[in-house]
Amino acid sequence: MKYIDEFRSGELASGLAAAMRRDASPEREYRFMEFCGGHTHAISRYGIEDLLPPNVRMIHGPGCPVCVLPIGRIDQAIRLAREQGAILATYADTLRVPASHRLTLLRAKAQGADIRMVYSTSDALSIARAHADREVVFLAIGFETTTPPTAVAVLTAAAEGLRNFSVLCNHVLTPAAMHAILAAPGGVPLDGFVGPAHVSTVIGSAPYEPFAEDYGKPVVIAGFEPLDVMRAVHMLIGQVNDGRAVVENEFTRAVTRAGNLRAQALVAEVFELRESFEWRGLGTIPASALRLRPEYAQFDAERRFTVPYRAVADNKACACGEILRGEKRPQECKIFGTVCTPENPIGSCMVSSEGACAAHYTFGRFREAAA
Amino acid sequence: MCLAIPAVVVELLDGDSAVVDLDGVRKQVSLALVEHIAVGDYVIIHVGFALQRLNVDEAEQTLALMRQLGSDALGGASAIGALP
Repeated sequence: MKYIDEFRSGELASGLAAAMRRDASPEREYRFMEFCGGHTHAISRYGIEDLLPPNVRMIHGPGCPVCVLPIGRIDQAIRLAREQGAILATYADTLRVPASHRLTLLRAKAQGADIRMVYSTSDALSIARAHADREVVFLAIGFETTTPPTAVAVLTAAAEGLRNFSVLCNHVLTPAAMHAILAAPGGVPLDGFVGPAHVSTVIGSAPYEPFAEDYGKPVVIAGFEPLDVMRAVHMLIGQVNDGRAVVENEFTRAVTRAGNLRAQALVAEVFELRESFEWRGLGTIPASALRLRPEYAQFDAERRFTVPYRAVADNKACACGEILRGEKRPQECKIFGTVCTPENPIGSCMVSSEGACAAHYTFGRFREAAA
Repeated sequence: MCLAIPAVVVELLDGDSAVVDLDGVRKQVSLALVEHIAVGDYVIIHVGFALQRLNVDEAEQTLALMRQLGSDALGGASAIGALP
């Protein structure tokens, strides 16, 4: 595939690996967090850790929307489908996230709830048009990449006067989560971030500048292909060696400083900041998520139905919280790969293919076995 | 979740949408989030929406830089050739 295969070249990867070996100082350790699950997945899938110098360590971040969605949010969606009789439309990623009472959306569906997987928000709108006598709720999750399509759906529904469509909004914000990680007392020590790929196509590179300026942490925005990640780590090594901390952009083919202004305007039209939002693993973070503006209240499932959010504690044995904060590696969780597997996930990090646990289970653990 | 892939626009449709081609797979996507897209442009597709135009020149420059970096680091002995 054009503009994908080139960025997976093994030949270029060995060259970049040599450049990193040459430039990484053996005198020190380098600890970089890749914020995004997309990067976590690429690092595991392509064995990038094997190509890094031994003193460069990648720490997995919380940038996996499925992983940071707390149990109580999935419970809300299940209650909408079961108690309100709504058709619940959602992306595939959320269907297997563990909820309360050993339920998932998929199990609730098997028990009769009308839950439907959609590829796009436009599919959710089509369901609403085809079932004018039913309430159709779109369970919206995701970072800034996935928010603009939800905004377009709300605006389309408003323009069409679609009265039976609403959104259960769980859109969250990347910079707020990065701030939470850096501000956490006793948090994991970091020398820099591999910054988001497609989030940054929307918000641009400017929102990361405070992390460089205020926290002195280098940020290098990187695409999701393996060469992108390697080049970004190489750029981070360079910044650390030089004692610099600035925002650099490896993903220039898709990211500008300002980002996608049209998408930003649509998001601002439909959404406003929530005062706070509970994240799995990171706790309640102020101004870290979005809700619909009052002008679009009729499309806001939380206003339209009585399904208050109730916080639910995670399974005690599950270390998703520590893993999402970068404090533990997946293999350090007691139930990793035994009780908790991708077929039977206990924690959310084992659900999505970009979750740190699922990525390590699928690819990384074989490295350990071979070592 | 944030995964997105580049695909080439092969036909513009009414209603702010387009048909894109990804190695022979054709799909209709929304252009509601982007502006001034033409047939032949590469766009980055996420959940049925074009998120951004892919800057082809920047892509080539990034690859050229990666090739150069690798070639320098390997001491030029095994200079990395152009991709097919």
